[in-house]
Amino acid sequence: MQKYSVFSLIKNALSNHENWDLAWKDPTPKKEYDVVIIGGGGHGLATAYYLAKEHNITNVAIIEKGWIGGGNVGRNTTIIRSNYMHDDNALFSEFGMDLWRRMSQDLNYNVMFSPRGIINLAHSDAQMNTYARRGNSMRLNGIDAVLLNREEVKEIIPMADFSENVRFPIFGGLMQPSAGTARHDAVAWGYARQADDMGVDIIQNCEVTGFDVSAGKINGVRTSRGDIKAKKIGLCVAGSTNILAEKLNMTLPIETHLLQACVSEPVKPVLDKVVTFGAGHFYISQSDKGEMVMGGDLDGYNSYAQRGNLPTLQHVLTEGIAMMPFLSKLKMLRTWGGIMDMSMDGSPIIDKTHIEGLYLNCGWCYGGFKATPASGWTFAHTIAQDRVHELNSGYSLNRFNTGHLLDEKGLGTKTWIS
Amino acid sequence: MLYIKCPHCGMRSQNEFSYGGDATIKRPELGKEISDQDWDNFVYNRKSLRGKHWELWQHISGCRQWIKVERDTATHEIFKTLKANEEISL
Repeated sequence: MQKYSVFSLIKNALSNHENWDLAWKDPTPKKEYDVVIIGGGGHGLATAYYLAKEHNITNVAIIEKGWIGGGNVGRNTTIIRSNYMHDDNALFSEFGMDLWRRMSQDLNYNVMFSPRGIINLAHSDAQMNTYARRGNSMRLNGIDAVLLNREEVKEIIPMADFSENVRFPIFGGLMQPSAGTARHDAVAWGYARQADDMGVDIIQNCEVTGFDVSAGKINGVRTSRGDIKAKKIGLCVAGSTNILAEKLNMTLPIETHLLQACVSEPVKPVLDKVVTFGAGHFYISQSDKGEMVMGGDLDGYNSYAQRGNLPTLQHVLTEGIAMMPFLSKLKMLRTWGGIMDMSMDGSPIIDKTHIEGLYLNCGWCYGGFKATPASGWTFAHTIAQDRVHELNSGYSLNRFNTGHLLDEKGLGTKTWIS
Repeated sequence: MLYIKCPHCGMRSQNEFSYGGDATIKRPELGKEISDQDWDNFVYNRKSLRGKHWELWQHISGCRQWIKVERDTATHEIFKTLKANEEISL
């Protein structure tokens, strides 16, 4: 594989960039693989990469219905953080933060990781107390957290509304300085390129139509490009999880919902942090191109349509303007939607299933992007060793049955409310 | 924008409604032996169908009644609405 560097850039510039190698191949599916990963998104690609790199399993295929990186890894708002209170979430995400910090070097691909920090705004004394508690929990787990008062927040984001006469005055905030953003597409492409180089087959335009299960064991998968045998199959399909679960006669604690995001026209640098509104659901950052990247609530009803409705967008942006009034002057450049696998306690599932050789990775709600490396790493471990790793032991499928829920936000089973 | 025909009030915009989830989920009957799996299915497990989906909505800024709506989760098309006490014929 051609190494990407300033020297390869100069060399290829001399030949008008006409001689770059393909980043990954377009193979015809083989009859059999050791492991088949269904879903060529960030998590699927990362899983294949770590299977090859950490476990030396390279006879692997990634099967993708559309094109790699065309789902949620291409539709998110690129936020990376580990500001969780519960141990299972905190330790898992912080493990992921370490992988993010090394990712560009590991993958020889610039994922433009930008640890610019995230601030969750607080709008009441009670909220300051809960943030202090969460911050303390984070620090006990070795994650950086700083509780900011009103003046300190004003110092960092003076463009927010600090006037006295507002419905939700800013009391302060909780900052995780090491959180940030990354170039989402580069993450998918970087993992794909390395996985391909280590022998993984990336098979696009290949839809799964059924499974071959007998005597409680998985034997293979039926696809639009023929049957493929495999003793181990990993499901990594986010919002399409329930569609494939139905083919396996499984009913999961997952509902598929629609989430929208949007970007404004590009403007000069104004915001160098990720900021979330604490009195509703709105988050914002500024991309390297200058666009304000914004998102918020789910549309609020089960949906597989990768497009949203305007009432939710209006609601979300009303919150945005309440937080940062200058946003009302900007023109909207793009809006889009993706489908989220909302789990019933807001936390993901990375586990084995009752079918031998079938592994499940789902329930990321709208926190899937930041989890990409840790999810791939732990899912690869779970598949390769046929047992969950300590880091994803809390993300079990049977926790709903046993009552060991991981309800970070305490919202219960109404996933559309979160 | 979705338009939902409330069986009590007529056609209204989605802004007047709030969502209540899958309408086909039945609470396990009281007074009977209920397995953990039954509870699991009632509380957590959802088919989350792609296509026609019966769901509960509440006309919260209108008559405040709960209603049942048959909607396509892929196209958002709404086919039928029923009062809460009317049975769904699948």
